[in-house]
Amino acid sequence: MTVLVFIESQDGVIKKASLEAISYGRSIADNQGHNLIGVGFSIKDSQILKSYGLDKLYNIDTQGDYYFNVDRYSSNISSIVEKEKVSIAIVSASADSRYLGPVLSVKIDAAYLSNVIELPSQYEPLKVKRSCFTNKAFNETQSEKKCTVLSLSSNSFGLKEKPGKVEVISESYSNLTNNLKVSSLDKATDKVSIADADIVVSGGRGLKGPENWHLIEDLAEVLGAATACSKPVSDMGWRSHSEHVGQTGKPVASNLYIAIGVSGAIQHIAGINSSKVKVVINNDPEAPFFKAADYGIVGDAFEVVPTLTEKLKARKKI
Amino acid sequence: MNILVCISNVPDTTSKINFNENNTSFDSQGVQFIINPNDEFGLTRAIWLQQKLGAKVTVVTVGDSTCEAILRKCLAIGADQAIRIDLKPQDGFQVASCLASICKKTEYDLVITGRESIDYNGGMVGAILATQLKIPYLANCIQLELDGDNLNLQREIDGGKEILTATFPLAIGAQKGLVEEKDLIIPNMRGIMQARQKPLEVVPPEINACNSLVQNYEKPAEKGPVKLVDAEDIDGLIDLLENEAKVI
Repeated sequence: MTVLVFIESQDGVIKKASLEAISYGRSIADNQGHNLIGVGFSIKDSQILKSYGLDKLYNIDTQGDYYFNVDRYSSNISSIVEKEKVSIAIVSASADSRYLGPVLSVKIDAAYLSNVIELPSQYEPLKVKRSCFTNKAFNETQSEKKCTVLSLSSNSFGLKEKPGKVEVISESYSNLTNNLKVSSLDKATDKVSIADADIVVSGGRGLKGPENWHLIEDLAEVLGAATACSKPVSDMGWRSHSEHVGQTGKPVASNLYIAIGVSGAIQHIAGINSSKVKVVINNDPEAPFFKAADYGIVGDAFEVVPTLTEKLKARKKI
Repeated sequence: MNILVCISNVPDTTSKINFNENNTSFDSQGVQFIINPNDEFGLTRAIWLQQKLGAKVTVVTVGDSTCEAILRKCLAIGADQAIRIDLKPQDGFQVASCLASICKKTEYDLVITGRESIDYNGGMVGAILATQLKIPYLANCIQLELDGDNLNLQREIDGGKEILTATFPLAIGAQKGLVEEKDLIIPNMRGIMQARQKPLEVVPPEINACNSLVQNYEKPAEKGPVKLVDAEDIDGLIDLLENEAKVI
């Protein structure tokens, strides 16, 4: 049997979330004595895969087609699933992976389990722990199918290197077409996205207005962090809704989450709760966020945040 | 034009989450149920198409009779008719398969689901449903505009958005951005009165298979108290993050 990982790349460079999915897949493969194979699309830096113990890479040349295409990708992967007798397919929790996972599951007649946070506790039948109710709870779910597609929550397993050899096989790209066509991408390439970020700096109503957002952005820049905001901030149009994190916004599972002037409504906390370390800066000691945080400063964001930024800059000498 | 909006009955976002029967089922005692927020964004866009083009909007849910309250609310918001598939579903695959059987009876130009439900967060129903029906599916849809017979669409991706075109039939996973919070329709008295007269059909499930079973639930361990740092001692905070938490 075989474990398969969908390896996502941007401009040919493999994404960190996929390296985490490979690390996770390697552990399963070792435990079960399976092979670990990957499927990527126009990957240029396959060398890095040697450090993560991938046995075989199917690298599909998309002939310069730059856009993610759920039908073509899933069709290519399903023929490899069949050929390699795959019993577990793993995708990350990125937007494209979570789009691909359920589509692929139908094509290969597999169960689809998302928000997986640990290695399986049992293999036949497969049983995994998943988060649910936006991180307010977990459940153990058992697959009822021979093959299962798992979507691994980001930062839940971490990167685990394991040196090895990787055999690279080229495959031709599926030519499926449908009436859904991408015309362009609108992407802020210079900014870290919330999904990819190790650190997220988030601002709430306590910042008083969009004109004060340089406080958040400056701190995020020195930390190499993504910027986020609370629901009221996006509802008032201070920031784009793509930055809204929480139950109806984006989930955050970063290593460090810094909340500035965010009171900590239950929906916000739910959305960020799987972040490993939470820091709150708020002038209201009664703000509910203090109950959810690991570290806190009761103080004026307009004084604390610039000082924090300056001191971090001085330490990093930039 | 026929639009199907798939609705999930979910606990209100402020609900305390508890389980009973030895942690094997969700404890709905004292929990207020609402239209899944992502579904409501989708429904609001469907009502816009109804008002603009005279599209007929059908809402559907898979669930027991306790779900009828939110279906009536959808009718009060403006949907023309409602269907309840009478089944307490086990997983997203079962929900999607039941919905697909409805779509095989009536042809829908547009099928709308939410990006994900806020209870199980599966994010799978729309994709599985559309793939079973062999129609294209657009996840994380944040724009749907009409341009003659064509549709201009946007999908939210990590760090940006993708701009697309399509024609009907199509399925989308709706989320905030497709409409804004302020565009959501609060039912008025007339809507509520009319909703009582609108058809709500209950149909038995045609498909019963599920692909996965939840065995048990647990709640996260209680967190220790916050470590407070004095506002004058920023170096202290940096030291903690660097040496104790090891995150910077």
